[in-house]
Amino acid sequence: MSLTECRTELSASHFPLNMAAHLKKRVYEEFSQVVQIPQEEAPAKKLRLSKPSKSAALHIDLCKATNSTDALQYLLQFARKPVEVESVEGVIRILLEHYYKETDNSVRLKIASLLGLLSKTQGFRPDCIVDDAINTLNNEKSHQVLAQLLDTLLVIGTQLPESPTVRQRLIEMACKHLSDSYFGVRNKCLKLLGCLGTVDAPLTKDNEGLGTSLGGVRDVQSIISDYFGDQDPRVRTAAIKAMLQLHERGMKIHEIIYNQACRLLTDDYEQVRSAAVQMVWVLSQLYPESIVPIPSSNEEIRLVDDVFGKISHMVSDGSWMVRVQAAKTLGSILQVSPHFLEQTLDKKLMSDLRRKRTAHERAKELFTSGEFSSGRKWADDAPKEKLDTNTVYLIASGACGAFVHGLEDEMFEVRIAAVEALSQLARSSPSFAEKCLDFLVDMFNDEIEEVRLQSIHVLREISTHITLREDQLDTVLAVLEDSSRDIREALHELICYTNVSTKECIQLALLELLKNLNKYPTDRNSVWKCLKFLGSRHPTLVLPLVPELLSTHPYFDTPEPDMDDPAYIAVLVLVFNAAKSCPTMPALFSDHTFRHYAYLRDSLSHLVPPLRLPGNGLDLVDSRCSSGSVESAQLFLQQSLNRVSTIQNLEAPGAQDLLNFTIRDLRRLGELQTELAGAADFCATYLRCQLLLMKALQEKLWNMAVPLCLKQNVTATAAAQQILEETYKLEFLYSGLESRQVATIHHVRLQAKALQLVLTARTRQGLDPLISSCEKFLQDIESFQRLFLAELPHLQDSFVDKLLELMPRLSSCKPVETVKILQTTLRQSGLLQLRLPEQIHRATATIIEPTGESDNPLKFTTGLVVALDIDATLEHVQDPQNIVKVQVLYPDGQSHMIHPKPGDFRKPGPNRHRLITQVYLSHTAWTEPSQIEVRLLLAYSSSSTSLSSASPASKLGWSDSIDSLPQPEAAVEGTIPFSKPVKVYIMPKPARR
Amino acid sequence: MPEIKVTPLGAGQDVGRSCILVSIGGKNIMLDCGMHMGYNDDRRFPDFSYITQNGRLTEFLDCVIISHFHLDHCGALPFMSEMVGYDGPIYMTHPTKAICPILLEDFRKITVDKKGETNFFTSQMIKDCMKKVVPLNLHQTVQVDDELEIKAYYAGHVLGAAMVHIKVGLESVVYTGDYNMTPDRHLGAAWIDKCRPDVLISESTYATTIRDSKRCRERDFLKKVHESIERGGKVLIPVFALGRAQELCILLETFWERMNLKAPIYFSTGLTEKANHYYKLFITWTNQKIRKTFVQRNMFEFKHIKPFDRSYADNPGPMVVFATPGMLHAGQSLQIFKKWAGHEKNMVIMPGYCVQGTIGHKILNGQRKLEMEGRATLDVKLQVEYMSFSAHADAKGIMQLIRMAEPRNMLLVHGEAVKMEFLKGKIEQEFSVDCHMPANGETVTVTTNPSVPVDISLNLLKREMALGGTLPDPKKPRTMHGTLIMKENSLKLVSSEQALKELGLNEHQLRFTCRVPLQDPHSDPDTLHGIYLHLKSVLKGYTIQHLPDGTVMVESIVIKVSSSAEDPNTKVLLLSWSYQDEDLGSFLSTLLKKGLPSGLC
Repeated sequence: MSLTECRTELSASHFPLNMAAHLKKRVYEEFSQVVQIPQEEAPAKKLRLSKPSKSAALHIDLCKATNSTDALQYLLQFARKPVEVESVEGVIRILLEHYYKETDNSVRLKIASLLGLLSKTQGFRPDCIVDDAINTLNNEKSHQVLAQLLDTLLVIGTQLPESPTVRQRLIEMACKHLSDSYFGVRNKCLKLLGCLGTVDAPLTKDNEGLGTSLGGVRDVQSIISDYFGDQDPRVRTAAIKAMLQLHERGMKIHEIIYNQACRLLTDDYEQVRSAAVQMVWVLSQLYPESIVPIPSSNEEIRLVDDVFGKISHMVSDGSWMVRVQAAKTLGSILQVSPHFLEQTLDKKLMSDLRRKRTAHERAKELFTSGEFSSGRKWADDAPKEKLDTNTVYLIASGACGAFVHGLEDEMFEVRIAAVEALSQLARSSPSFAEKCLDFLVDMFNDEIEEVRLQSIHVLREISTHITLREDQLDTVLAVLEDSSRDIREALHELICYTNVSTKECIQLALLELLKNLNKYPTDRNSVWKCLKFLGSRHPTLVLPLVPELLSTHPYFDTPEPDMDDPAYIAVLVLVFNAAKSCPTMPALFSDHTFRHYAYLRDSLSHLVPPLRLPGNGLDLVDSRCSSGSVESAQLFLQQSLNRVSTIQNLEAPGAQDLLNFTIRDLRRLGELQTELAGAADFCATYLRCQLLLMKALQEKLWNMAVPLCLKQNVTATAAAQQILEETYKLEFLYSGLESRQVATIHHVRLQAKALQLVLTARTRQGLDPLISSCEKFLQDIESFQRLFLAELPHLQDSFVDKLLELMPRLSSCKPVETVKILQTTLRQSGLLQLRLPEQIHRATATIIEPTGESDNPLKFTTGLVVALDIDATLEHVQDPQNIVKVQVLYPDGQSHMIHPKPGDFRKPGPNRHRLITQVYLSHTAWTEPSQIEVRLLLAYSSSSTSLSSASPASKLGWSDSIDSLPQPEAAVEGTIPFSKPVKVYIMPKPARR
Repeated sequence: MPEIKVTPLGAGQDVGRSCILVSIGGKNIMLDCGMHMGYNDDRRFPDFSYITQNGRLTEFLDCVIISHFHLDHCGALPFMSEMVGYDGPIYMTHPTKAICPILLEDFRKITVDKKGETNFFTSQMIKDCMKKVVPLNLHQTVQVDDELEIKAYYAGHVLGAAMVHIKVGLESVVYTGDYNMTPDRHLGAAWIDKCRPDVLISESTYATTIRDSKRCRERDFLKKVHESIERGGKVLIPVFALGRAQELCILLETFWERMNLKAPIYFSTGLTEKANHYYKLFITWTNQKIRKTFVQRNMFEFKHIKPFDRSYADNPGPMVVFATPGMLHAGQSLQIFKKWAGHEKNMVIMPGYCVQGTIGHKILNGQRKLEMEGRATLDVKLQVEYMSFSAHADAKGIMQLIRMAEPRNMLLVHGEAVKMEFLKGKIEQEFSVDCHMPANGETVTVTTNPSVPVDISLNLLKREMALGGTLPDPKKPRTMHGTLIMKENSLKLVSSEQALKELGLNEHQLRFTCRVPLQDPHSDPDTLHGIYLHLKSVLKGYTIQHLPDGTVMVESIVIKVSSSAEDPNTKVLLLSWSYQDEDLGSFLSTLLKKGLPSGLC
């Protein structure tokens, strides 16, 4: 003690010297760019900051510590900073040295945990400290510290996976401490065994000192399984977890532990039961076919069936955590025998699972004869003659009706788990799917919407297996009246995939869907789509219904229905889709039906398929573009691009015309071929940029004197501005771009900026603004170089390439000269060829609602707000929560931007989002109703720029990106409108006084 | 052997008038104090004279516990506490305490004001009675006195229903009251931990029923109501004011909400509004859904359900009406029924059990022509449906509870004898525990075998540990030496030295001496030496000394030789050993009795 005090004094007296040395060091550090920021106020801490002396600093700190609290404090501070790889070993030595001296448990504990932390350092091999760590372990008395040391050993062991000797030693240590009286030590030992133990190398107990109770050759598994019966539940859990860990590491678990594991299923503690469920499940997956005897009888069953029965039983456990675990696990036992599986759905068949196999038939009779009352009919529980209770072994395992229980559990977590398990099992067993149908349909009535939705989704997933009966369809369709839109749409989706058995079913479904349409007109699209699939799935069932549906009559002409009636369109969609694969059907159509077909085929082409109609020219058009044209279109696209690439010289006569034609072709191609729309649009826009650039750089413009060409200047400025806008669109509106394309886009942008700069130089007087914009442009070039270093080889001979060559000159010369250089380079640079990536998609948005058709103005009192429902589908928008906004434009030019809540976006399919939100409108009084425009915008910011669109994972939130990222270039933020505007008629009325 | 005695005063092989006496560890507890709906005379209350013929009950009962607010569980409470006389504590949960007086008051009004009975408890008595109530929280252990403690568990059934775990020392009883193992629209499922009571007293209303899945029933119910409404019919649902009514209300309310239906739903007023208030209040007692959403909207604040007015019954168009009472035997539900019975578009849905003789029972059994008072007959044309929404555990639920609690004995109450018999068989077969089903007034005695806890001194334990070595193996018993001190109702195991010190006693040495005659021709010292050599060869690993004073010491055992006066060949060996060395001493005596082996000397 006195020695440490002495040292403290010493260091204090040397303080000024320390300080000087430190300052010197700091100077050096600044040169070598060490980013550690020194703290001025605590001289004692300063030493630690300098790299090489980290261990020394720690040493001094620890020596200075007069009591354990201080030491602990130092260690805690030390732990906050990272340690370099090269100094780890030194630090560990010091820690260990101090460890031996330390008498306080908590300090030793902290040191032990630090050892573990340090061993994790990247690049450090902890084999040099194994001996020391084991040594400390042998001398340690405190249980807590022991546990921590074992943890450290575990870290060391996992860091050295390829060293079997170390591993073996560690395992021996663990075995030795397994008999510790403190549960924590046993826990850690088991964990260590689980993480490091090997099955193939049995542990030989050759040296005497090790656990005498474990005589002979034992392998890790049997040692771990000894602790399945430990008195402490935490140790039991750890033992099971260790065993599971072994399994995860690819070791084969022996079957002999099965009985022990099963016993743990009835443990008093929930965490043990929960772990045991997993353990038993693992065994069932390893040994599904082995045979286990049934206690209290001489029968035997497959192990997987036994496990299934036992886990089913756990679905009615007292703890809901265990119930969730059990319900989840059930779903993954797919090898179970069908008749066991089916009993999980029958609550009344409560006989013991095992007995059932032999007494199956007899038992069934008994139950149908009604031993128990079902509670659905009055007085059916009147006592009947007493049955032979010995043969029917009732209510034994509770495994029967496991799903019935799971589905009506108190906690919705359990219910969801059960629904998921049902779906997994049903997908692998069609007969089970058939059976669980009723139960899933019942879940449509759950009190929690999440559960209802989940069960509808599940039913959709398994619906390939099942054909709905009429009564089942009836209950399914009843949900169509649900007021929740999500539920209804999920149900529509379900009906799209459903098979039905009779024409009555079709009729019923149509009827209910029309009812739905009537009640919720906003469901229009979804209902039509639903009928489209219903029709194309069941052409033969629709056929007999056609006369009735179209209300045709053999002799009389019936009045022509209203073409704008959504219900009539719905019927037509059904019929036309059925007619596609049923050539006899068109014969039943009346004249107006054909006319309506032509109209619908044009207006709702996604819902109405091309039909081969007799004596109608329509099919010609349809058949022509239907097959095999994607490849040819692709070819055409490529050819156009190649053709354009021949334009080397922008001055070439006819170059502009060629570009013009190509742009036109590409636009048309995009319209015709939806698969290539993104790519074609992308190319067209790019070429348009080039065209604009070309026009702006025309010879005659630049040869004229400045005052004479003001008008041309204006057009050129406008062109530059437009190119800039287009490049942002190119960059942010299209998904699937690779960094090559992004570089090309940025290149164009750079050209536009150069153009702008040149134009400013020509028109404006005064040097100051010019200097700053020149500097800015140079920065832009630098950042371009930084961002697209990898792409530079591809940009040979381009504008940037040339500029980079001239860079030394540019950075030193005067602005006027810079402008001149730019001007010539611009005019000399050729067209950069565009290489198309695999998949380019243009982000699009369609506003479904409001439709903009209503003539009734939305009236509200001025100063108050009115909510406008917006429903839109977004395609190929990545991360819409952050970038999609709604813009409202008032007739007076006011505009509002509204940022929808993240919860308003749903994801119905890949690359598809749905925005259902409400925007609040308000305005001062108008005299007349007038229209406002609503549209969707895509917000972008070039600071979160470039490659980020290729890697959405690295993308930060909108606000984060601005705050945290260093900004290489001034962030340009803006919005791109990407949906057609929709007009809404509104009328703010003055408030009545 | 200690015993637990259980005597049902009501609810023994019967439904109604629940009242069960339990004596456990010298404490007497009354579980529930209900009345019987079927009787209007003395039989309606439990027979308290069983406890004492005259005088008050206070000195005979340690406490009264009420499981929930249904009148067949608490209806006789004011009668017992105020008219018979009981001043001890009455335990019930907070919601029960809040709702119970409303029901009692209502019951009193009907009996006294309408039927004109006298000699009945008054409003003041109800108030006085409620003053004696001590509220319970879930899972809170309440010490009734030093030894008796009770703990309440959630039971489902109705708001505030509880199961109670009663414990005296190491003996315990669980009384379930009425409970429900399947959660419903407003309440969760009953739950109990693995408390392994000596006796589990369970209700068994649905001993022979295994109900269909709850969802099935709900769907059927909703479908029937919905269809009837769509046809333009009127739906009558007779209910009792509290419990099921709230569940059905929530069910219909959410359905209306989800399906966007417009037809009105009415609830015949009365005590419902007051009770609904408490339902809104005791959110913690409801199920997961209501607990989680009450911040946005309390489910008991109904949007679609409005109070009923008598005149509404004649309104045209579809409607749904909840009306009391539940068995169509009187009151508003009967009036509405009479109005609507003639039309086949209408429907009546009976959501629960109907007692024989009521109109509900008659129509459920298919009677289409009813005789009314005054010789009038009523044609029943409307549809009659039965939906069991009763919130009692079914057979499987009872089994599940038994599995949860793992009792050593079962006792069934609150059910019909025949059905109980069936369930009893099943329980005995399945769990191999004894199952009893006493009738009213019959006493069941269960002998318990409680383990007696003994405090052990740490020193003693450590000493034994040091001797024994490794960790104790729970599967192997081990013997140890110690002294058991019984003092002031506590048991202590300490080492004998400590016991002596504590009790202030002197230590007494106990020595055994014994003479062994031995035929040996040698002289005394030679004989002794012979013995010494003999023992040395036999007892290896013991310290054996030949002391110069003519004795041989084996550990602490002293052996001396003396020759008898008459026969020099007959030597007498004197052995003396202390009590602690009893084993070795007796071994030596038998060894030496056999004589010395020849050829030793």
